[in-house]
Amino acid sequence: MSLLTLVVVIIAGTMFGIGAICAVWRVIRGPSILDRALAADVLLAISMCALGAEMAVNRHTDTLVVLLILAMFAVLGSIAIARFMAKEDDS
Amino acid sequence: MSAASVALLVPALAPAAEGMPPLPEDFSVRDAIVGVLILLGAFLSLAAGVGIVRFPDVLSRLHAGTKPQVLGLVAVLAAILLEVPSWGVLTTIVLILTFQLLTQPMTAHMLGRAAYRTDHVRRDLLIDDELADDIARRERASAPSDDD
Repeated sequence: MSLLTLVVVIIAGTMFGIGAICAVWRVIRGPSILDRALAADVLLAISMCALGAEMAVNRHTDTLVVLLILAMFAVLGSIAIARFMAKEDDS
Repeated sequence: MSAASVALLVPALAPAAEGMPPLPEDFSVRDAIVGVLILLGAFLSLAAGVGIVRFPDVLSRLHAGTKPQVLGLVAVLAAILLEVPSWGVLTTIVLILTFQLLTQPMTAHMLGRAAYRTDHVRRDLLIDDELADDIARRERASAPSDDD
């Protein structure tokens, strides 16, 4: 691993980590369930970006199928939460 | 790639003295481009996280959160395609982007609609609320009914 790649990995890993921690914080603290669903979606998107970055750094495509399945089915959870949220539900 | 742009990309590699900085032996332009793309994806993820924490209501958090879902993923997938250039990878990446671009607007739309209907929107922060105008117009036009 060249020095350039090492620097990129350290900086990008820090950014991914801070973003994921912020999303988890919003999942914990979020005042409504919509905030939590949205933050879980963002956490998933950050995980997808991190998986892809790991593939690009290590030059393999083993988890590309995981990205495909996530892109296809990640929508279901948020839509289910949003669709069946009761109007008077305060949580 | 010129020495000046290398020094821009990696400040640690730039010498303090004048003239041409020596390139390290294992430097490649492809790795530099891939690094920039990965850093773009990582920066968008960081921005989404900070926006999720800092913004005041569901709609603005939705705005911040959708950045790594499309542009960050595009950058990272382009980095994969640069590192492993093959037709199989290209077709899989096109499929991933297609499904992501089909499903993420559905998520955002459903979340925004649920937020509006359940009053999780800070209406004092809205600049213009055209949906409220439309709803008021419809309610004026139709006969008043009991069901809400």
